[in-house]
Amino acid sequence: MSDDIKTYSTLSRRGFLKTSVAGAVAASAPMFFVKNAHAFTNEPKGSTVTFGFNVPQTGPYAEEGADELRAYELAVKHINGEGDGGMLNTMKPVSLKGDGVNGKKVIFVTGDTQTKSPAARASAKRMIERDGAIMITGGSSSGVAVAVQSLCHEQGVIFMAGLTHAVDTTGKDRRRYGFRHFFNTEMSGAALAPILESEFGNQRLAYHLTADYNWGWSQEGSIKKHTEALGWQTRAAVRTPLKEVDFSQYITPVLNSGADVLVLNHYGKNMVDSLTQSVQFGLRDKQVNGQDFQIVVPLFSRLMARGAGDSIKGIYGSTNWNWSLQDKGSEAFVKSFGSEYGFPPSQAAHTCYVQALLYADACQRAGTFHPCDVIAALEGHQFDGMGNGPVEYRAEDHQCFKDVLVVKGKEASSSEFDLLEVVEVTPRAKVEYPTTMQDANYVGDLGSCRRV
Amino acid sequence: MEAINPSSGRKDNLTMIAFTVVVLTAPLWGKLIGADYPDLLQRFAIFGLFAIGFNLLFGLTGYLSFGHAAFLGIGSYTAAWSFKLLSMNPIPAVIFALLLSGLFAAVIGYVSLKRTGIYFAILTLAFAQMSYNLAYSVLTPITNGETGLRVLRDDPRIIDTALGVEIQGPLLGSFFGIEMTGYSGFYFCAVMLIAGFYVALRVFRSPFGMKLAAIKSNQTRMEYTGYNPKPYLLAIFIISGMYAGLAGALMVIVDPLAGAERMQWTVSGEVVLMTILGGVGTLVGPLLGAAIIKYFENIFSAINESVLLATFDFLPEGLQEFMVTIVHPFVGGGWHLTLGILFMSVIIFMPGGIMEGIRHLTDWIRRRKE
Amino acid sequence: MDAILIQILNGLDKGGAYALIALGLTLVFGTLGVVNFAHGALFMLGAFVSVTVQNILTISKKVKDESITFFDAYKETPYLEIWWGDTGTMIIDYAVPISIFVAIPVMLLIGLAMERGLIRFFYKRGDADQILVTFGLAIVIQEIVKANYGANPIPTPAPEIVAGSAPVGSWLGLGADLVYPWWRLIYLFFAITIISTVFAFLHYTTFGMVVRAGMHDRETVGLLGINIERRFTIVFGLAAVVAGLAGTMYTPILPPDYHMGMDFLVLSFVVVVVGGMGSLAGAVAAGFLLGILQSFASMNEVKSVLPAIDQIIIYLVAVIVLLVRPKGLMGKD
Repeated sequence: MSDDIKTYSTLSRRGFLKTSVAGAVAASAPMFFVKNAHAFTNEPKGSTVTFGFNVPQTGPYAEEGADELRAYELAVKHINGEGDGGMLNTMKPVSLKGDGVNGKKVIFVTGDTQTKSPAARASAKRMIERDGAIMITGGSSSGVAVAVQSLCHEQGVIFMAGLTHAVDTTGKDRRRYGFRHFFNTEMSGAALAPILESEFGNQRLAYHLTADYNWGWSQEGSIKKHTEALGWQTRAAVRTPLKEVDFSQYITPVLNSGADVLVLNHYGKNMVDSLTQSVQFGLRDKQVNGQDFQIVVPLFSRLMARGAGDSIKGIYGSTNWNWSLQDKGSEAFVKSFGSEYGFPPSQAAHTCYVQALLYADACQRAGTFHPCDVIAALEGHQFDGMGNGPVEYRAEDHQCFKDVLVVKGKEASSSEFDLLEVVEVTPRAKVEYPTTMQDANYVGDLGSCRRV
Repeated sequence: MEAINPSSGRKDNLTMIAFTVVVLTAPLWGKLIGADYPDLLQRFAIFGLFAIGFNLLFGLTGYLSFGHAAFLGIGSYTAAWSFKLLSMNPIPAVIFALLLSGLFAAVIGYVSLKRTGIYFAILTLAFAQMSYNLAYSVLTPITNGETGLRVLRDDPRIIDTALGVEIQGPLLGSFFGIEMTGYSGFYFCAVMLIAGFYVALRVFRSPFGMKLAAIKSNQTRMEYTGYNPKPYLLAIFIISGMYAGLAGALMVIVDPLAGAERMQWTVSGEVVLMTILGGVGTLVGPLLGAAIIKYFENIFSAINESVLLATFDFLPEGLQEFMVTIVHPFVGGGWHLTLGILFMSVIIFMPGGIMEGIRHLTDWIRRRKE
Repeated sequence: MDAILIQILNGLDKGGAYALIALGLTLVFGTLGVVNFAHGALFMLGAFVSVTVQNILTISKKVKDESITFFDAYKETPYLEIWWGDTGTMIIDYAVPISIFVAIPVMLLIGLAMERGLIRFFYKRGDADQILVTFGLAIVIQEIVKANYGANPIPTPAPEIVAGSAPVGSWLGLGADLVYPWWRLIYLFFAITIISTVFAFLHYTTFGMVVRAGMHDRETVGLLGINIERRFTIVFGLAAVVAGLAGTMYTPILPPDYHMGMDFLVLSFVVVVVGGMGSLAGAVAAGFLLGILQSFASMNEVKSVLPAIDQIIIYLVAVIVLLVRPKGLMGKD
């Protein structure tokens, strides 16, 4: 298929952007009057189709959002047949031919979620109402993902979630119009627990510090469940305010608690702060119950982990993807991204890039942009060559099931990007959970697709 | 403050008519500035209402509340629960939101008004921050925490069930069959805004408003004349809180989601900034400030490199690149920067805010004519 | 017992930071009558002095990592290490302490520039105008930092020798389990030193006496023919230095990002007001009080009785104090 794709593009990046204009200036179709003229929301009528990239551009996750946006631009480029084609050369099966989707060129609009649910919905609504976006994708938090996903479901627009890790997104808050490629807290727990057991033994007493909101609770629950099944005990699980920056008052009780493992159910800035401070309190130099004290960070983000500096060395965690992977798909993506921007992509960039490609490919396979047909094309879809081995979009909850990476902060890094080393690729079978879980967070109603 | 005289009554009627026309034709003139889509127009109306209500307190009495976000949040949560438990009709949502936010305002106002100045501001801030922190964490069963409270298909909705009203399509507020989304949602907000503006105008012109203004200029003297300002202050605090509650309810009516972020201090700060930017104590100023800030948040943040390239397409290649490079840091992720610069320059060049600036300008033109 | 002692230490440490930030804020309000919403930004700028010094010290010779072909990754060796070997390594290790000496003149200049360039035009304006202009300034400063340093936190570790914990327990004859990070002890000591210096300066120098007189009665002091304006400029510079140093020293505890000023802004206002607006001693007392109460509220024993009390303790205390004492702990009428 790669014959169709130019291996090298003479178009500069800005040259490319020039041809991908959408939104504010051009396309403000007065939806007011023509609402019923469409068979479905924002049916593309012209020679182009508009994707909506809704990412955090301000606030603590601005860096992750910027990386997501880079990945999306790259995806659009590849779908339209510019650049080196990236993962289009490796994904299997593939229907995209590098000439857009269903004969239409892909253009895009962008917005700022601010990592706040109301702002993210406002931004998504603008893309749907004003800019005529056929699909919304992106985001860096589960709260935002769930909020935007239900908006899109109501509006009849497909939502391809970005970085969201709480079970809820495809659990109790799953929606027919929403899809998640990223892994979740349940899988992190299932993948991490056996490694923790083999590294630290099964006689461990764990102490959890948990960010006090949905994702934190979800992560705490999963790690507890899976480690306790292997013989660990949980000494305490303490909730910390989301906006906390000084964790000293939560860390000091750990010192005398008798616990010998500290699990930090913190993400992003919370994680950087609590890990830095925990190490300062000498936790890693301690001996408790005759064993070395250990710290675990269930969800690692390389982008953010950099903020914790040397503190991450030797710390175990899990991640959805890392640029150092050697499979064909990852290599193709790192190559495109690296040569375009001069540095490797983050896991957020990876999942967003894959989501954009998967959506476009599903439209191509369906031969239409009608959400009901595209949903049908994505449900139960099995694919490979996109960096995570064989993957399946489970039809029952729209969650991707795939291998999970267990990683460790690298002791001797060779560059500023070389922070994580992959300890284990936990196969899909070990992290997959049945659709009939007892836990209320795991069961939900997808709702149905509406044909007008 | 203008004295009550017959001519001001006529002038007020004109103001009301002009205001109504401008608000109702927003979808038309919004096109000129790329704001002609329902979500942003709804936002203009909702935040306008929020700011007008805030200004009733701050503008008239000089009491700076830094915790109005609490009432916004309470209005939102109440409306969401009304949608969940009673009916998708916005009327009960509005009524209960007004009642509950009024009740909370009475309690918080009663305590906070024991102090003045910055001490009052910090008291209101403290109440709002406590609400926010609790809503985000332990109150999750009521507020659904980080995700926000949403309306679900299997909610009871007693009234709807009793009347046999069934929601076929998407779960949206429904005003006797009219879906509260898109432009119909906007017009619902617009009507509320016009009503809110009318009430504010009446308050400004009433003897009650005069007394409040007197409190602002000299509280001690007012006390000597035998008036106890407390009841007046509490009354206007409650009214102002109800405006915020109504705005919060409208947010849920046009988009059924109530998030804890609405109670954070940044939202309280935002309405303070809106009011000051437009002009404290002016009728239209706060509305203008609200529209400007929301415009930046929604339009400037959406401008990316490719949009800029298209905008400067008429320029020769090199110049186009140059302009894009210059402008790019101020749009997209940089919209905060533009907003910060705007705040500073407005207040440096127009002491008292935009309306004050406009007044100075018209005065100056009139004087030049003479 | 140990648990209580260590929470007191935590509280003192937090309180030290709160007090330092609040001190400058209340100084500016008390003397200049300006409600400065850009004060948090000064704290953040101080932290980024640390980052900048570290960046300069670690300017590196870059050797391309040939094993990576898709983008340019470099193995970095700082020139200081290449030139001076272990001495160079040691200098880099001491980046944060070195930053303190850089931060003093830098923050003073920033403070003076801010006062002369902007703040002085707002002395006679109302509170509302002051709030909007300083808030706008804070956003602009934040965005400039974000544009240059990115949005992610940047690690700025303490020197190796004080990176770990001090055996506080054995010093006091208590359990060996009782340890406390060296840097936090240093921070506490540093905060007390700075606070004492500012107090001594205001109480025992002629300059300080004029400023305090000015805080009390600005017009009379002006009538005495004293150029109070120039002194106020210096006061603003001083406040900027204190806030900046609080930030510089805080970097090993909290890897700085562009947003950290806003995180502390609201809190510092609460501290100032609880202490009594314009009261220096009040701000310090309130800082330590709130720090200690916050630490105790976070203890599991307390939280099991009063869930989520740690989420609201500061604001709850603020409400109680303000209801009992109308002008804060030490405010004057």
